[in-house]
Amino acid sequence: MDVYMALFPCDSTLEDLTKRLHSLAAGFHELMQMKLVLYRIDANKMDWQGQKVAEQLMQIMLVVFAIAAFITGYVLGSFQLMLYVYAGGVVLTTLITIPNWPFFNRHPLKWLDPSEAEKHPKPQVVMGSVSKKKPAKK
Amino acid sequence: MHSFGYRANALLTFSVTILALMCAMASISDTFNSPSPTAHVQVLNINRFQKKSNGDDEIGMTLSISADLQSLFTWNTKQVFVFLAAEYKTPKNAMNQVSLWDGIIQLKKDAKFSTKFKNKYRFIDQGSNLRGRNINLTLHWHVMPKIGKMFADKLVVNGFQLPYSYR
Repeated sequence: MDVYMALFPCDSTLEDLTKRLHSLAAGFHELMQMKLVLYRIDANKMDWQGQKVAEQLMQIMLVVFAIAAFITGYVLGSFQLMLYVYAGGVVLTTLITIPNWPFFNRHPLKWLDPSEAEKHPKPQVVMGSVSKKKPAKK
Repeated sequence: MHSFGYRANALLTFSVTILALMCAMASISDTFNSPSPTAHVQVLNINRFQKKSNGDDEIGMTLSISADLQSLFTWNTKQVFVFLAAEYKTPKNAMNQVSLWDGIIQLKKDAKFSTKFKNKYRFIDQGSNLRGRNINLTLHWHVMPKIGKMFADKLVVNGFQLPYSYR
Protein backbone atom coordinates (compact mmCIF):
# COMPACT_ATOMS: atom_id res chain seq x y z
CA MET A 1 0.00 0.00 0.00
CA ASP A 2 2.86 2.36 0.85
CA VAL A 3 4.64 1.52 -2.40
CA TYR A 4 1.43 2.23 -4.30
CA MET A 5 1.00 5.61 -2.58
CA ALA A 6 4.64 6.44 -3.20
CA LEU A 7 4.33 5.58 -6.89
CA PHE A 8 0.97 7.25 -7.45
CA PRO A 9 0.50 10.16 -5.02
CA CYS A 10 -2.95 11.72 -5.14
CA ASP A 11 -1.90 15.18 -6.24
CA SER A 12 0.28 14.26 -9.26
CA THR A 13 -0.42 15.47 -12.79
CA LEU A 14 -1.02 13.27 -15.83
CA GLU A 15 2.50 14.04 -17.13
CA ASP A 16 3.96 12.94 -13.83
CA LEU A 17 2.04 9.67 -13.95
CA THR A 18 3.13 9.00 -17.52
CA LYS A 19 6.77 9.48 -16.56
CA ARG A 20 6.39 7.05 -13.71
CA LEU A 21 4.76 4.49 -16.01
CA HIS A 22 7.62 4.80 -18.50
CA SER A 23 10.21 4.26 -15.81
CA LEU A 24 8.29 1.22 -14.61
CA ALA A 25 8.24 -0.20 -18.16
CA ALA A 26 11.98 0.36 -18.53
CA GLY A 27 12.60 -1.37 -15.25
CA PHE A 28 10.47 -4.31 -16.31
CA HIS A 29 12.40 -4.59 -19.56
CA GLU A 30 15.63 -4.73 -17.60
CA LEU A 31 14.17 -7.42 -15.37
CA MET A 32 13.28 -9.49 -18.44
CA GLN A 33 16.86 -9.16 -19.72
CA MET A 34 18.14 -10.33 -16.35
CA LYS A 35 15.76 -13.29 -16.45
CA LEU A 36 17.14 -14.38 -19.82
CA VAL A 37 20.65 -14.32 -18.40
CA LEU A 38 19.51 -16.33 -15.36
CA TYR A 39 17.95 -19.02 -17.55
CA ARG A 40 21.26 -19.44 -19.30
CA ILE A 41 23.01 -19.81 -15.95
CA ASP A 42 20.36 -22.37 -14.87
CA ALA A 43 20.90 -24.42 -18.01
CA ASN A 44 24.46 -25.20 -17.00
CA LYS A 45 23.28 -27.39 -14.11
CA MET A 46 22.20 -30.37 -16.18
CA ASP A 47 22.65 -30.51 -19.93
CA TRP A 48 20.31 -32.13 -22.47
CA GLN A 49 22.24 -35.37 -22.62
CA GLY A 50 22.24 -35.51 -18.82
CA GLN A 51 18.51 -34.95 -18.65
CA LYS A 52 17.89 -37.90 -20.95
CA VAL A 53 20.21 -40.08 -18.89
CA ALA A 54 18.53 -38.97 -15.66
CA GLU A 55 15.06 -39.80 -16.98
CA GLN A 56 16.06 -43.21 -18.31
CA LEU A 57 17.96 -44.02 -15.14
CA MET A 58 14.97 -43.11 -13.00
CA GLN A 59 12.56 -45.31 -14.98
CA ILE A 60 14.88 -48.30 -15.16
CA MET A 61 15.84 -48.13 -11.49
CA LEU A 62 12.24 -47.92 -10.31
CA VAL A 63 11.13 -50.87 -12.43
CA VAL A 64 14.10 -52.99 -11.35
CA PHE A 65 13.48 -52.24 -7.69
CA ALA A 66 9.78 -52.99 -8.08
CA ILE A 67 10.51 -56.41 -9.60
CA ALA A 68 13.13 -57.17 -6.96
CA ALA A 69 10.77 -56.10 -4.18
CA PHE A 70 7.91 -58.23 -5.48
CA ILE A 71 10.05 -61.34 -5.86
CA THR A 72 11.59 -60.87 -2.42
CA GLY A 73 8.21 -60.39 -0.79
CA TYR A 74 6.61 -63.33 -2.60
CA VAL A 75 9.42 -65.78 -1.88
CA LEU A 76 9.80 -64.82 1.76
CA GLY A 77 6.05 -64.50 2.23
CA SER A 78 6.10 -61.01 3.68
CA PHE A 79 4.05 -58.17 2.23
CA GLN A 80 5.74 -55.71 4.55
CA LEU A 81 9.20 -56.70 3.33
CA MET A 82 8.14 -56.04 -0.25
CA LEU A 83 7.07 -52.52 0.69
CA TYR A 84 10.29 -51.86 2.61
CA VAL A 85 12.51 -52.98 -0.27
CA TYR A 86 10.52 -50.86 -2.71
CA ALA A 87 10.62 -47.80 -0.42
CA GLY A 88 14.39 -48.20 -0.13
CA GLY A 89 14.61 -48.37 -3.90
CA VAL A 90 12.58 -45.19 -4.32
CA VAL A 91 14.80 -43.31 -1.87
CA LEU A 92 17.95 -44.52 -3.65
CA THR A 93 16.55 -43.49 -7.03
CA THR A 94 15.66 -40.07 -5.64
CA LEU A 95 19.21 -39.57 -4.38
CA ILE A 96 20.72 -40.54 -7.72
CA THR A 97 18.48 -38.92 -10.32
CA ILE A 98 17.04 -35.76 -8.77
CA PRO A 99 19.99 -33.63 -7.62
CA ASN A 100 22.18 -31.96 -10.26
CA TRP A 101 25.17 -34.26 -10.04
CA PRO A 102 28.23 -33.32 -12.13
CA PHE A 103 28.11 -36.54 -14.17
CA PHE A 104 24.86 -35.27 -15.71
CA ASN A 105 26.71 -32.25 -17.10
CA ARG A 106 29.41 -33.84 -19.21
CA HIS A 107 28.19 -32.39 -22.52
CA PRO A 108 27.36 -28.78 -21.73
CA LEU A 109 26.17 -26.44 -24.46
CA LYS A 110 28.07 -23.20 -24.75
CA TRP A 111 25.46 -20.44 -24.78
CA LEU A 112 26.09 -17.19 -26.67
CA ASP A 113 27.15 -14.21 -24.54
CA PRO A 114 24.38 -11.55 -24.30
CA SER A 115 26.69 -8.81 -25.57
CA GLU A 116 27.56 -11.03 -28.53
CA ALA A 117 23.87 -11.65 -29.23
CA GLU A 118 23.17 -7.94 -29.57
CA LYS A 119 25.68 -7.73 -32.45
CA HIS A 120 23.59 -10.18 -34.48
CA PRO A 121 19.97 -9.02 -34.27
CA LYS A 122 17.10 -11.34 -35.21
CA PRO A 123 15.82 -10.81 -38.75
CA GLN A 124 12.64 -8.69 -38.79
CA VAL A 125 9.50 -10.07 -40.43
CA VAL A 126 8.31 -7.51 -43.04
CA MET A 127 4.47 -7.35 -43.27
CA GLY A 128 2.96 -7.30 -46.78
CA SER A 129 5.85 -8.92 -48.54
CA VAL A 130 4.42 -12.41 -47.99
CA SER A 131 3.53 -13.74 -51.44
CA LYS A 132 0.04 -15.09 -51.90
CA LYS A 133 -0.32 -18.09 -54.12
CA LYS A 134 -3.30 -17.80 -56.43
CA PRO A 135 -4.93 -21.03 -57.56
CA ALA A 136 -3.80 -21.95 -61.09
CA LYS A 137 -7.10 -23.46 -62.17
CA LYS A 138 -10.59 -22.86 -60.85
CA MET B 1 13.30 -33.17 -17.18
CA HIS B 2 14.51 -29.63 -16.98
CA SER B 3 14.33 -28.65 -13.35
CA PHE B 4 14.53 -30.21 -9.92
CA GLY B 5 10.78 -29.91 -9.35
CA TYR B 6 9.99 -31.46 -12.72
CA ARG B 7 12.15 -34.52 -12.03
CA ALA B 8 10.78 -34.87 -8.51
CA ASN B 9 7.21 -34.81 -9.82
CA ALA B 10 7.98 -37.37 -12.55
CA LEU B 11 9.64 -39.69 -10.07
CA LEU B 12 6.80 -39.42 -7.58
CA THR B 13 4.04 -40.19 -10.07
CA PHE B 14 5.96 -43.03 -11.70
CA SER B 15 6.83 -44.66 -8.38
CA VAL B 16 3.23 -44.48 -7.15
CA THR B 17 1.94 -45.97 -10.42
CA ILE B 18 4.39 -48.84 -10.13
CA LEU B 19 3.36 -49.35 -6.50
CA ALA B 20 -0.25 -49.68 -7.61
CA LEU B 21 0.79 -52.30 -10.18
CA MET B 22 2.74 -54.22 -7.55
CA CYS B 23 -0.25 -54.28 -5.24
CA ALA B 24 -2.49 -55.50 -8.07
CA MET B 25 -0.03 -58.31 -8.77
CA ALA B 26 0.08 -59.21 -5.09
CA SER B 27 -3.69 -59.41 -5.04
CA ILE B 28 -3.79 -61.59 -8.17
CA SER B 29 -1.20 -63.95 -6.70
CA ASP B 30 -3.85 -65.00 -4.19
CA THR B 31 -5.70 -66.89 -6.91
CA PHE B 32 -2.83 -69.37 -7.12
CA ASN B 33 -3.56 -70.52 -3.59
CA SER B 34 -5.87 -73.55 -3.37
CA PRO B 35 -6.94 -73.88 0.24
CA SER B 36 -7.87 -77.15 1.90
CA PRO B 37 -9.30 -76.43 5.33
CA THR B 38 -10.66 -79.11 7.66
CA ALA B 39 -13.00 -78.80 10.60
CA HIS B 40 -14.79 -80.98 13.11
CA VAL B 41 -17.70 -79.81 15.27
CA GLN B 42 -19.40 -81.69 18.06
CA VAL B 43 -22.42 -80.77 20.16
CA LEU B 44 -21.45 -81.74 23.65
CA ASN B 45 -24.64 -80.88 25.47
CA ILE B 46 -27.97 -79.13 25.09
CA ASN B 47 -28.11 -77.05 28.23
CA ARG B 48 -31.44 -75.36 27.79
CA PHE B 49 -34.35 -75.75 25.39
CA GLN B 50 -37.31 -73.56 26.24
CA LYS B 51 -40.12 -71.70 24.63
CA LYS B 52 -39.91 -68.04 25.52
CA SER B 53 -42.87 -65.97 26.65
CA ASN B 54 -43.28 -64.44 23.19
CA GLY B 55 -43.59 -67.85 21.60
CA ASP B 56 -40.06 -68.26 20.20
CA ASP B 57 -37.89 -71.28 20.90
CA GLU B 58 -34.50 -70.79 22.46
CA ILE B 59 -31.60 -73.22 22.79
CA GLY B 60 -28.44 -73.01 24.84
CA MET B 61 -25.80 -75.56 23.91
CA THR B 62 -22.17 -76.41 24.54
CA LEU B 63 -20.08 -77.13 21.46
CA SER B 64 -16.52 -78.01 20.63
CA ILE B 65 -14.72 -77.13 17.42
CA SER B 66 -11.36 -78.31 16.21
CA ALA B 67 -10.25 -76.91 12.85
CA ASP B 68 -7.21 -76.44 10.67
CA LEU B 69 -7.54 -73.31 8.54
CA GLN B 70 -3.83 -72.77 7.94
CA SER B 71 -4.04 -73.34 4.20
CA LEU B 72 -6.25 -70.25 3.85
CA PHE B 73 -3.36 -67.95 4.79
CA THR B 74 -1.17 -66.42 2.05
CA TRP B 75 1.42 -63.65 2.18
CA ASN B 76 -1.41 -61.25 1.37
CA THR B 77 -3.72 -62.26 4.23
CA LYS B 78 -4.45 -59.81 6.98
CA GLN B 79 -6.87 -61.88 9.04
CA VAL B 80 -9.50 -64.59 8.76
CA PHE B 81 -12.94 -64.12 10.27
CA VAL B 82 -14.54 -67.47 11.04
CA PHE B 83 -17.99 -68.20 12.42
CA LEU B 84 -20.10 -71.26 13.12
CA ALA B 85 -23.72 -71.13 11.99
CA ALA B 86 -26.64 -73.43 12.60
CA GLU B 87 -28.64 -73.70 9.40
CA TYR B 88 -32.07 -75.23 9.07
CA LYS B 89 -35.30 -75.04 7.12
CA THR B 90 -38.72 -74.27 8.58
CA PRO B 91 -42.17 -74.07 6.99
CA LYS B 92 -42.01 -70.29 7.40
CA ASN B 93 -38.45 -69.65 6.10
CA ALA B 94 -36.58 -71.53 3.40
CA MET B 95 -33.27 -70.89 5.13
CA ASN B 96 -32.54 -69.93 8.70
CA GLN B 97 -28.96 -69.18 9.67
CA VAL B 98 -28.08 -68.48 13.27
CA SER B 99 -24.54 -67.60 14.25
CA LEU B 100 -23.44 -69.48 17.35
CA TRP B 101 -19.77 -68.50 17.62
CA ASP B 102 -17.21 -66.37 15.81
CA GLY B 103 -13.56 -65.52 16.04
CA ILE B 104 -10.81 -63.58 14.31
CA ILE B 105 -7.57 -65.31 13.41
CA GLN B 106 -4.66 -63.01 12.65
CA LEU B 107 -1.69 -65.37 12.58
CA LYS B 108 -1.24 -68.49 10.56
CA LYS B 109 -0.19 -70.55 13.56
CA ASP B 110 -3.41 -69.65 15.38
CA ALA B 111 -5.43 -71.07 12.49
CA LYS B 112 -5.08 -74.58 13.83
CA PHE B 113 -7.21 -74.55 16.94
CA SER B 114 -9.52 -76.48 19.18
CA THR B 115 -11.97 -74.84 21.56
CA LYS B 116 -14.95 -75.70 23.68
CA PHE B 117 -17.62 -73.13 24.42
CA LYS B 118 -21.22 -72.35 25.16
CA ASN B 119 -22.91 -70.62 22.25
CA LYS B 120 -21.64 -67.03 22.15
CA TYR B 121 -24.84 -65.67 20.65
CA ARG B 122 -28.35 -66.72 21.52
CA PHE B 123 -30.00 -69.33 19.36
CA ILE B 124 -33.56 -68.08 19.05
CA ASP B 125 -35.94 -69.22 16.36
CA GLN B 126 -38.57 -67.14 14.64
CA GLY B 127 -41.41 -69.15 15.97
CA SER B 128 -41.60 -72.52 17.62
CA ASN B 129 -40.11 -74.86 15.05
CA LEU B 130 -37.07 -76.33 16.69
CA ARG B 131 -38.36 -79.47 18.30
CA GLY B 132 -36.95 -82.43 16.45
CA ARG B 133 -35.50 -80.19 13.73
CA ASN B 134 -32.46 -81.32 11.73
CA ILE B 135 -29.85 -78.60 11.70
CA ASN B 136 -26.59 -78.30 9.76
CA LEU B 137 -23.62 -76.95 11.65
CA THR B 138 -21.66 -74.98 9.05
CA LEU B 139 -18.30 -73.29 9.46
CA HIS B 140 -18.04 -70.06 7.43
CA TRP B 141 -14.91 -68.01 6.92
CA HIS B 142 -14.06 -64.65 5.37
CA VAL B 143 -10.45 -64.20 4.29
CA MET B 144 -9.52 -60.51 4.50
CA PRO B 145 -6.48 -59.62 2.41
CA LYS B 146 -3.94 -56.91 2.99
CA ILE B 147 -4.80 -55.67 -0.48
CA GLY B 148 -7.47 -56.84 -2.91
CA LYS B 149 -10.79 -58.61 -2.75
CA MET B 150 -12.14 -60.40 0.30
CA PHE B 151 -13.51 -63.83 -0.39
CA ALA B 152 -15.76 -66.05 1.70
CA ASP B 153 -16.38 -69.75 1.75
CA LYS B 154 -17.96 -72.37 3.97
CA LEU B 155 -17.82 -75.98 4.97
CA VAL B 156 -20.85 -77.99 6.09
CA VAL B 157 -19.39 -79.90 8.98
CA ASN B 158 -22.14 -82.17 10.17
CA GLY B 159 -25.79 -82.44 10.85
CA PHE B 160 -27.45 -82.67 14.20
CA GLN B 161 -30.95 -83.39 15.31
CA LEU B 162 -32.46 -81.28 18.06
CA PRO B 163 -34.37 -83.01 20.82
CA TYR B 164 -38.09 -83.54 20.50
CA SER B 165 -39.07 -82.05 23.81
CA TYR B 166 -38.21 -79.07 25.92
CA ARG B 167 -35.88 -79.47 28.84
